[in-house]
Amino acid sequence: MASIDMKNIVKQYGDGFPAVNDVSIDVQDGEFMILVGPSGCGKSTLLRMIVGLEDITSGDMMIGDKRVNDLAPRDRNLAMVFQNYALYPHLTVYENIAFPLRLAKAPDDEVDEKVRAASKTLELDEHLERKPGNLSGGQRQRVAMGRAIVRQADAFLFDEPLSNLDAKLRGQMRTEISRLQKRLGITTVYVTHDQTEAMTLGDRVAVLKRGVLQQLATPRELYENPGNLFVAGFIGSPPMNFLPATVEGTSAKLPFGTVQLPPEKAEKAAGKGLLMAGIRPEHFEDASVKTDHGSGSTFRAPVDVVEWLGNETYAYIPFEAPPEVEEQLRQLERDLDGESLHTQLVVSLDGASRISEGEEAEIWVDGSKIHLFDPSTGENLTVDREHAGRIPGGAMEEAAAQPSAAG
Amino acid sequence: MAARAGEARTKVGTWIGFVLILVWCLLPVVWILSLSFKGPDETAAGSPQFLPKNWTIQNYKDILDNPDFLDALRNSFGIAAISTVLSVIFATLAAYAIARLEFKGKRLVLSLALAIAMFPVVSLVGPLFDMWRTFGLFNTWPGLIIPYMSFTLPLAIWTLSAFFREIPWEMEQAAQVDGATSWQAFRKVIVPLAAPGVFTAAILTFFFAWNEFVLAISLTSTTSSRTVPAQMSYFVGPDPFNPPYGQLATASVVVTVPIIIIVLLFQRKIVAGLTSGAVKG
Repeated sequence: MASIDMKNIVKQYGDGFPAVNDVSIDVQDGEFMILVGPSGCGKSTLLRMIVGLEDITSGDMMIGDKRVNDLAPRDRNLAMVFQNYALYPHLTVYENIAFPLRLAKAPDDEVDEKVRAASKTLELDEHLERKPGNLSGGQRQRVAMGRAIVRQADAFLFDEPLSNLDAKLRGQMRTEISRLQKRLGITTVYVTHDQTEAMTLGDRVAVLKRGVLQQLATPRELYENPGNLFVAGFIGSPPMNFLPATVEGTSAKLPFGTVQLPPEKAEKAAGKGLLMAGIRPEHFEDASVKTDHGSGSTFRAPVDVVEWLGNETYAYIPFEAPPEVEEQLRQLERDLDGESLHTQLVVSLDGASRISEGEEAEIWVDGSKIHLFDPSTGENLTVDREHAGRIPGGAMEEAAAQPSAAG
Repeated sequence: MAARAGEARTKVGTWIGFVLILVWCLLPVVWILSLSFKGPDETAAGSPQFLPKNWTIQNYKDILDNPDFLDALRNSFGIAAISTVLSVIFATLAAYAIARLEFKGKRLVLSLALAIAMFPVVSLVGPLFDMWRTFGLFNTWPGLIIPYMSFTLPLAIWTLSAFFREIPWEMEQAAQVDGATSWQAFRKVIVPLAAPGVFTAAILTFFFAWNEFVLAISLTSTTSSRTVPAQMSYFVGPDPFNPPYGQLATASVVVTVPIIIIVLLFQRKIVAGLTSGAVKG
């Protein structure tokens, strides 16, 4: 059991491209840490640097209070589950799980005891004598976990362990992993590109973009107080809506109408010209269903498409964005690996809503939940820094530099 | 009905083709077998018949009493086995390096290996003969083992590096994370996974050394190192116009038997080895 402390970790490849750039993450003893980001954000590279499969260009990798930068993987005492499981096809399930113990030259009865214990935990008892090639995806996944839990490793590392499973199994294994980690209380670093996994599994989540740490916070903090446009767009499904907005006094002018802001938010955004307003889909509601209008405002807008899911309804409202915002939105879309063709508003309404396609509907929006972003830097102007975990300064500058570099 | 008739026709056609190929391939083998059971009168006859009139195992008795042949058999086994073992060990290490490591001159090594494999053996006989006489390797086991290895290594390296390339990197990395040294990862994970490739390389090497004639006849002078194929060319008998066909055929049968046994034993491994490059498992 140990903490993992990454201090200013940099990974630079031969061509000078920094795959991981000055990332500092402290994983507490027993904590479940998620590294999340779109493909190419350096999350897997970072994990491989922890385990020692990738050299560290600069910075300190501390496990416990030992600097491990120059240690071989076998001397770091970490257990890892690979994306494709990397089971040994020539060995039985039993021998696969026993492999680390055999390497450590453990006596046979100890090996047997530990393997049986692990297989019992993972319900692999009836498969012990089979070869990995004859197992299903979920069973292989469990064998890979068995190989990790059988030894007294200081920490578990997972590299997108669920991405090869179908959706239903993925959900089940997700809870299994969470339960196992809670029970063993072992420090865990888990890489994923799936924000649902990140939100549900992690004690804390580190969001990465192009090798730079964007925000390190609990899932709730990330959701409620995203540090910048990228985090706001990445966390949450369906994603947060971004609309052009100008703030005058305590009201924000949006493409559909004017929304009242809480004074403290309005104050932070005053006099900044054209801004980007971020509103989560669930902070809208069908005005005819919503009885208590409270702090919100209402506006009328033509609904393009309606998706009724029973418990809720998604309504899509297209809008035209000014060119400077449009460019920023397109860039964000690219960063998030997305491919949306239209600028549109996605609103999540109550399942009881009777709004139909092509209709002009009256929509209520909760003004107190609006975030305002600076379109040039991507910074969240209205962020509550007390409840936003850690937002490294570099992320802002990076975000500001990117659009011009990419364009 | 029509479909069933068509099916039957296909079946018949398959069998006809099958029998044709079998006859084509096995006829010489059967001919040698039948010769080996014929006495000298029958083989010397103007128009011998296919099957022996009087079955005899005299040829086998003679050949197993022939000390020269037994020496040659021992040489063949020793030389082929040693070249195979050494060649496979070196090829495994070299192929692993080629498949896994990035180093300067990798392509050069590979193309050089290929060039050596294509080099005509005959053109080397003269220089090798002179060299081996100077080095004192002429008419010794190493004198044959070294050239056999240099001709079989390229093929073995190519076969094995193709195998190693197909083994995912993660296997090894997983082993290293599990606490293995690079050598342990290689020995406990990579080599077992490449076993079909190792077998294929071993068998191809063994065949080459076992069957080789040109070098065997040129680089040896006595039965202390002459292998069976070379030794058989000395089975002339008393009458130059009447070679002892029965003896020759018997010797051929005796040297073919081990090969057939090996192939049957490792048949499945060889098939896996030869096809796994083409179809991803």
